Amino acid sequence: MARLFMFEKPLGMRDTLPNVYKAKRVLRETMMNEIERWGYEFIETPTLEYYETVGAASAILDQQLFKLLDREGHTLVLRPDMTAPIARLAASKLYTEGCPLRLAYAANVFRAQQREGGRPAEFEQVGVECIGDGTMNADAEVISLMISALKKVGLCQFTVAIGHIGYVNALFFDILGNEKRVQTLRRFLYEKNYVGYREHVKSLSLSSIDQDRLLQLLTLRGGEEAIDRAEELTQTEAGFKAVSELKQLWANLQKYGVTEEIKIDLSLISHMSYYTGVLFEVYAEKVGFLLGNGGRYDELLEKFQRSSPATGFSVRLDRLMEAIAERKREEKRTCIIFSQERFSEAFTLAKEKREQGEHVVLQHIAGVRDMDRYTAMFDEVNYLLGKAGKDEPSC
Amino acid sequence: MLTVAMPKGRIFSEAIALLKKAGYDLPADLEDSRKLMIDVPDEQLRFILAKPMDVATYVEHGVADVGIAGKDVMLEEERDVYEILDLNISKCYLAVAGLPNSQVHDVAPRVATKYPNIASTYFREQGEQVEIIKLNGSVELAPLIGLAERIVDIVSTGRTLKENGLVELERIVEVTSRFIVNPVSYRLKNKAIDEMVERLSHVIERKGTSDEN
Repeated sequence: MARLFMFEKPLGMRDTLPNVYKAKRVLRETMMNEIERWGYEFIETPTLEYYETVGAASAILDQQLFKLLDREGHTLVLRPDMTAPIARLAASKLYTEGCPLRLAYAANVFRAQQREGGRPAEFEQVGVECIGDGTMNADAEVISLMISALKKVGLCQFTVAIGHIGYVNALFFDILGNEKRVQTLRRFLYEKNYVGYREHVKSLSLSSIDQDRLLQLLTLRGGEEAIDRAEELTQTEAGFKAVSELKQLWANLQKYGVTEEIKIDLSLISHMSYYTGVLFEVYAEKVGFLLGNGGRYDELLEKFQRSSPATGFSVRLDRLMEAIAERKREEKRTCIIFSQERFSEAFTLAKEKREQGEHVVLQHIAGVRDMDRYTAMFDEVNYLLGKAGKDEPSC
Repeated sequence: MLTVAMPKGRIFSEAIALLKKAGYDLPADLEDSRKLMIDVPDEQLRFILAKPMDVATYVEHGVADVGIAGKDVMLEEERDVYEILDLNISKCYLAVAGLPNSQVHDVAPRVATKYPNIASTYFREQGEQVEIIKLNGSVELAPLIGLAERIVDIVSTGRTLKENGLVELERIVEVTSRFIVNPVSYRLKNKAIDEMVERLSHVIERKGTSDEN
């Protein structure tokens, strides 16, 4: 490898410059405030976790994990998501059986990139986990909270697609009979390969009615009526259970007043095995990739020896930044340029302004060589130079 | 406005013909233009003309909402996009080819190809360990000049192979063009996209039945 230039960074790592930092902080804080208002409590977990525990339990593919070794030779991972660490924490400490736990986070996660630019390897997620409540009310709450928080930050054009993995599995099992065949077919949906899905269905020796039921699954998209169409396709108890859950969810979301942003899509499969019930993805205009996602993961806590239902969402702040192009005007920045004899006067002035919430830079004149360029960076400049009382005009 | 990523070259005219049959009113000079971005305001469409191998990239990043890409591209690039329709145009297949009666190198058999991912997956599935050499075109040259014993490439008529004295050894997979969609556009612009899918699938079905007659 050629010697690195001093400015180089590892693939996918990004700096955050002052103006982006400010905008990001506003987004983060607005979302956090809304999440706290819904009674969720924020926590932090370590950046490093064991590969064997959190790494293996997370929904992120193995090749996307950053791995390193500790002194004892254990493999560690940079946390690839926040759900698995929170499941670890809840299972081992915080969760009391029968008492739903509402936790939230705003944290950076790490995912190794092999491919190309346009994809950061470290990015911030804001999200919540509702642990211990297995009812549809928890799913509805999590989805509504996400929508509410996104509206609070000023996102206008976005859509939440909702699916149900239990429905898909019930339909597949009913028709195909065994897990292996179910998994093969599910993989086509996971890979978004509808052409392959149709070809595979047609290649199976099934009655034309069953073939048609499988093909119909791809059309179960739309509003509330898509749930009714889903009901017509299913014939098993598990299928009806999923449909009734979706109906409850929809009714709840209606009460929350958020169904305008929602589309049902039963062909949606965000992960091969992670989710156990309702799952959802959120998309926004101007961003080519997923803005956030979530769903019910009732089996994750079991991996930490504590079984409990759970659901949550996470939103990517980097993509939210892209979606919200319009930034609020930054706060006014003032600079006070002073000479030594008037330092205490300058400091008193700065203190006053700072107490009023202004952003004030206090700069000794001797420290600046290019005064024109320097002062051009500020909205307001005050000069306190020479003998006291001889105030120069401020501009 | 829907942005459509089109592959330049071989597939382009077939793809345009298909869209016209689907009832999209496209200007006649679309095919002769050297522009890379062409707006058709009457149809609320914008076309971008990309290298076939790059179509899926534009669609994955969301700068194009939909696109037309060969199955070869989809297999090689593994982009996170919806593969909605088999357009059944530009039929060809991926194959392994080489010189007749050539001996495969015992220790390090070499395969030259434009499709390193497809080739390496294929040979791994066959239980064969090979070394892949990535080329960007005129792959048939490799066995002739001794760069590799075998190649993996697209075959449509087989003429290029024949004229260079190569024979097809194994068929890997059939290839046709696919209609692909960005996952975000699929949700946010579903009206326009569903309509396009609907109109295209009508044309494909009609073509399918007339081909059989």
